[in-house]
Amino acid sequence: MKKTYKIDVDCANCANKMEEATKNTEGVKDAVVNFMTLKMKVEFEDDADPDQVMQDVIKNCKKAESDCEIYL
Amino acid sequence: MNNKQRKMLIRIISAAVLIIILHFLPTEGWLRFCLYMVPYLIVGYDILRKAVKGILNGQIFDENFLMAVATVGAIALALISRSGDYTEACAVMLFYQIGEFFQGYAVGKSRRNISALMDIRPDYANLVEDDDVQKVDPDEVEVGSIIQVSPGEKIPIDGIVTEGSSSLNTSALTGESVPRTARVGDEVISGCINLSGVLRIRTTKEFEESTASKILDLVENSSMRKSRSENFITKFAKYYTPIVCLSALVLAVLPPLISGLILKTGFTWGTWVYRALTFLVISCPCALVVSIPLSFFAGIGGASHEGILVKGSNYLETLSKVRTVAFDKTGTMTKGVFKVSGVHHSSLPDHELLRLAALTETYSNHPISKSIKEAYCELSGEDPSDISGSHDVTDVEEISGQGVMATVEGKRLAVGNARLMTAVGAQPIECSEAGTLVHVAMDGKYQGHILISDQLKPTAGEAIETLRRRGVDRTVMLTGDSSKVGQKVALDLGIDQVKCELLPEDKVNEVEKLLSEEAARSGGKSKVAFVGDGINDAPVLSMADVGIAMGALGSDAAIEAADVVLMDDDPLKISKAIGIARKCMRIVYENIVFAIGVKLICLLLGALGIANMWLAIFADVGVMVIAVLNAIRALFVKNL
Repeated sequence: MKKTYKIDVDCANCANKMEEATKNTEGVKDAVVNFMTLKMKVEFEDDADPDQVMQDVIKNCKKAESDCEIYL
Repeated sequence: MNNKQRKMLIRIISAAVLIIILHFLPTEGWLRFCLYMVPYLIVGYDILRKAVKGILNGQIFDENFLMAVATVGAIALALISRSGDYTEACAVMLFYQIGEFFQGYAVGKSRRNISALMDIRPDYANLVEDDDVQKVDPDEVEVGSIIQVSPGEKIPIDGIVTEGSSSLNTSALTGESVPRTARVGDEVISGCINLSGVLRIRTTKEFEESTASKILDLVENSSMRKSRSENFITKFAKYYTPIVCLSALVLAVLPPLISGLILKTGFTWGTWVYRALTFLVISCPCALVVSIPLSFFAGIGGASHEGILVKGSNYLETLSKVRTVAFDKTGTMTKGVFKVSGVHHSSLPDHELLRLAALTETYSNHPISKSIKEAYCELSGEDPSDISGSHDVTDVEEISGQGVMATVEGKRLAVGNARLMTAVGAQPIECSEAGTLVHVAMDGKYQGHILISDQLKPTAGEAIETLRRRGVDRTVMLTGDSSKVGQKVALDLGIDQVKCELLPEDKVNEVEKLLSEEAARSGGKSKVAFVGDGINDAPVLSMADVGIAMGALGSDAAIEAADVVLMDDDPLKISKAIGIARKCMRIVYENIVFAIGVKLICLLLGALGIANMWLAIFADVGVMVIAVLNAIRALFVKNL
């Protein structure tokens, strides 16, 4: 399943860091962060619960880049 | 400017003013240190905080860390050497923040610019219910509802006009400025702006499925598909920063140790630590990391404004390398509408033959019959819908795959192909020109034939020529049509190769062959594009390196299958798309070479001790500003 989220982040490199952090979150199959449109597309593993996984994603992203926001 | 940016601007200005004032204040010792810490912390506290957080979270090598180490190091050096020169550290932090501020502003601005270019999202629909017009969310309008669109409003949902007539501005969708007329019965697409009259429209799709929504979705998702250059930069940044940090460490430690322990010329810690700090300031990869995606984003945005939708930066990259273009004929190079182009070998006057043929075909809906009827009505000024009633046509017999026979004004007419002629005992004469032939026989006697041909698009020839000027040195036409027709079109347009009488699966094979030939020719450096109208060539579109679909307004299949979608059906847009891609890629390479080049030179100068902090600031912030400005250039594609 794929879902798109709005994000807020200040620099392109920070967006790359968020992408990396999201990809390494359990339950996430693949993720793309688009700095230009400030959007994040997350593809979840089949048996994962998106809401649950997104909580972890936010935690990991905050760790990688403290100044970021994901709007669920 | 948003709140965050405004706050940043205030911090930058107040820090800058403070530094200038402090410069003229004769202070010394700890007082001087404390005074300089005020602007330093004002402008840089968040960087320091982020650097500490990064270290705590195991994210060591990022630009916050670089800046924090470089400035704290410079302050420490000034303290130890008692030079009291804190200006450099403050300036590095200040200019770094100015750079970040500028970048944020520029990106935000182009983000808004590009969304404004694609401003086709309708905010509401005027739903008509029992003579009552209500403003509703377009999402809530069901298929089959009637909506009203007043002049100046956008059509929110695809549908068919049921009342009123008007002209529509489609420029946001197609880049075409000539208005389109809409009358009762016409299909209209969402995203057009109604210019003159009030229209009532019966919706045929849901909002989500309507053209405007689909296009927006496509454009917004386009930069999700990253190009090789973007991936390269991401990878580059990942290794580059740690490498530079390590080299800085080596630079700070190794030379003083060598000179102190081996050469016995004394430890020169100060000099080398300063050089290492310069190194760190130069090394920040921001210029690359922001300018490359920005270039692609601007390129894709500029292209969509011209009615060219590119589905991803990777396709823009491939498109720039296209040297072979294969075309479909019908609907791509030709209009795909049949027209009578001549009447030959007729024993009767030409218009009389046309009249008889038109009357015989009265009840037929075949595209060829329609074109004959249209030609006749154009000549005689009759209304097409009146032909059947006002003339004496009886005993109509349609013979599938051959033609039509009918009794017209007492004579038995046969109108169709050569097989039909033989069947009625007439001797058909073949034509020397390319096209579809419709033979006419009266009472079993041959009367001549009508030549019907598809017409070239007016810009087709010019399109091939501009492609060639752009360095596309091989053009190939693939068509299912007869070789006579195909050869003629290819000759008229100056197309290099033509393959005729191809079935859809033959086209796939031909494109496969082109792909392997192109790969062999250039060692995989150049690419093959296929241009089609999306009707029954979807497999070919998805198979070519770049599939370009034409005239996609309202054709979902084409939007799905292609990598690049031309909103209108002008073949000139093909070369324009390639031109935009080339310009964008040129800017991308310029930025990569410029940014990496300047940084490497400055790193070298820094290691040798020639570059000081001020040059380092230029290498970091200056390069970034220039690269961002250059990237924005990709947005301007009007004259390509």
